[in-house]
Amino acid sequence: MIDFELTDEQRLVRDTARDFATRELLPKAAARDRSGAFPVEELRALAKLGLLGVNIPEPLGGAAAGVIAYSLAMTEVARADASVSVAMAVTNMVGEVIVRFGTEAQKEALVPLLTSGDALVGAFGLSEPQAGSDPGAMSTTAKRTANGWRLDGNKQWITSGDRAGVFVIWAKTDPAAGTKGISAFVVRGGTPGLSAGKHEDKMGLRGSSTVPLLLDGCEVGEDALLGKVGGGLSVALAALDGGRIGIASQALGIGQAALEAARTYVKTRVQFGRPIGEFQAVQFRLADMATELEAARLLTLRAAWMKERGVAFSKEASMAKLYASEAAWRACDGAIQLHGGYGYTRDFPVERYARDCRVTRIYEGTSEVQRIVIARSLLQQASNA
Amino acid sequence: MIDFEDSESEKILRQTVRDFAKKEIAPHARKWDEEETFPAALIPKLAELGLMGMKAPEELGGAGMSTQDVAIVIEELARVDGSVALTVAAHNGLGTGHILLAGNDAQKKKYVPNLATGKWLGAWGLTEPSSGSDAAGAKTRAVKQGDKWILNGSKTFITQGSVGDVYVIIASTSPEKKQHGLTAFILEKGQKGFTVGKHIEKMGCHASDTSELNFADVEVPEENQLGELDHGFIDTLQILDRGRISIASMALGLGLGALEAARNYARERKQFGRAIADNQAIQFMLADSATELEAAKLLIKRAAWLSDQGRRHTYESSTAKLWAAQAGMRACDRAIQIHGGYGYTREFPVERALRDCKLCEIGEGTNEVQRMVIARHLIGRA
Repeated sequence: MIDFELTDEQRLVRDTARDFATRELLPKAAARDRSGAFPVEELRALAKLGLLGVNIPEPLGGAAAGVIAYSLAMTEVARADASVSVAMAVTNMVGEVIVRFGTEAQKEALVPLLTSGDALVGAFGLSEPQAGSDPGAMSTTAKRTANGWRLDGNKQWITSGDRAGVFVIWAKTDPAAGTKGISAFVVRGGTPGLSAGKHEDKMGLRGSSTVPLLLDGCEVGEDALLGKVGGGLSVALAALDGGRIGIASQALGIGQAALEAARTYVKTRVQFGRPIGEFQAVQFRLADMATELEAARLLTLRAAWMKERGVAFSKEASMAKLYASEAAWRACDGAIQLHGGYGYTRDFPVERYARDCRVTRIYEGTSEVQRIVIARSLLQQASNA
Repeated sequence: MIDFEDSESEKILRQTVRDFAKKEIAPHARKWDEEETFPAALIPKLAELGLMGMKAPEELGGAGMSTQDVAIVIEELARVDGSVALTVAAHNGLGTGHILLAGNDAQKKKYVPNLATGKWLGAWGLTEPSSGSDAAGAKTRAVKQGDKWILNGSKTFITQGSVGDVYVIIASTSPEKKQHGLTAFILEKGQKGFTVGKHIEKMGCHASDTSELNFADVEVPEENQLGELDHGFIDTLQILDRGRISIASMALGLGLGALEAARNYARERKQFGRAIADNQAIQFMLADSATELEAAKLLIKRAAWLSDQGRRHTYESSTAKLWAAQAGMRACDRAIQIHGGYGYTREFPVERALRDCKLCEIGEGTNEVQRMVIARHLIGRA
């Protein structure tokens, strides 16, 4: 039966995240954007609050608060500092993927490192220079050795790749088998043969670290295989489906911050003898921003609710991610416009919101990839629906 | 606790209305549109399903439905015919709705049973030639004379204007108080001085009747004053909060109908040796329509849920209606585009869906009025 009310626990997680984000993240977000400083202390604090394992079982150090709570927490953190939220998102998802596909030994060895912050953060290694939306094109290989596997290849766009204590890395165990020849591995940070390259100089999310990874004779044990040999694609798809809820939540948080900044500004900025908020052109832009963000919030919540119930949520996650990232981008752009020249300066946060937001339409599957997922689902449906 | 799943009874209701619409409405929709005929013969069939008294309590002959139920019904009707959806929405939400909201026991007993069973059709009159979005400009005047009210003026854009039996008419009783000087009255068809004016020819929703109404010294007995004196505007706002959910649902249904038609067509239509659905340009249009309509559906559900909880939902209704109307229009427009030249013809239902859907960006408050409501919520009354 339809219900839009949060549980007490969900409220608590949201309020905890909001409180922390407002108090601890917001004041230094602009400075981190300028300096590119990695938010080490902030991530440790998030771990203490249980926010690096929101949807992870308690015995593994998680908060076991569910997917909806995770989504709410992501939105609150992103509202204050999107750079921190992306490291938080990836760490949560690395933990979730190991919980879902890992052996008991893998779970016990690795997940507590992530939830406690001892690993600082987690990282995924899926994309490659020539394999972005199309993971089947990856060329990183994993070859059998006497004691396990040897990984060789290059990974690209790896969030927290120079900081993470735990990685999930995809490689081809059977290069001839296409996507069926991909396997996933868990690799500890600092493993010989695993190194990070030069920081990407990004438009936004400047407080988040993005690097290429070099795998050069990186030897891992038998126990590094995550899931089945050849089962890597389903691990990746699970990580991406869940990840899309996280990115939708993140985009929503950035868009919300932009809307709030604009709302505050138009009430105080006086032109032609009155606050510009009295002009309909300004009011209507705000109304559209708010309406679209409300819709984004509901699509995101619905996808999170479906994942929490354990039903297929791929299409819904894609819809949420597509819609929220596009709506948030429009909200950021609208916020700059309503601030006029000031919005274009770094004295106001809205240009940073736009820069941070832009990537939500690209990573975790571009908007175009989301449309492919959605269209495929529509066209497969029976025609008499 | 968050839950996005319809209850069993809601699912049954949806299926029932869908089956009914497919069997009783879809085969005639094109003809009704072309001939601009009001499908009077359909009314008893709608009534049999309880769709003419959706929110009326059972003891008054109604179906005792929730706002969420109403949203489902209107959506399903609109998937095949916007006009029927509009007729049902206006009858239930506006005419009957106002009597249910503000009526006293005697008024409810007198009017609701016949309205709820479809024996009478309900209409509602707020809009005037010079008073659309701005209700304060209403010129229709009601003056008390002894135990009667004397009504003079005219109304326009009245759904069910020429086919209604019972009319709720908003008139100014205290002109100096502007919109806070409006009062509602119940009028009946054929009352002396109460005449139907021009039948309005519209772009779409052809099978829904829209007419002008004229009042020349119409005598309304004082027991037909509906609600408190000068309280008509406040009641009207409540009616509109809920009415907007219905119009949003209508847009959603029209958009979904168009999307389904486009999807089916794209799978069948072959060009360059393959189904046009194999082209990404087509796939992406379908994906955008589906995503935008899902967003509309969730906004509507939340507004309806709040209404059923007895909570304020002005902001949520306006966001739902604003978004759904626009998403519906875009879905219809894309559906025509996917159909190509065929989509522009009356052989296919998508051009009718677009014509019908345009109403949803205008009726029960234009998109611009919704944005005013939403902005007021965000930054206060500027």
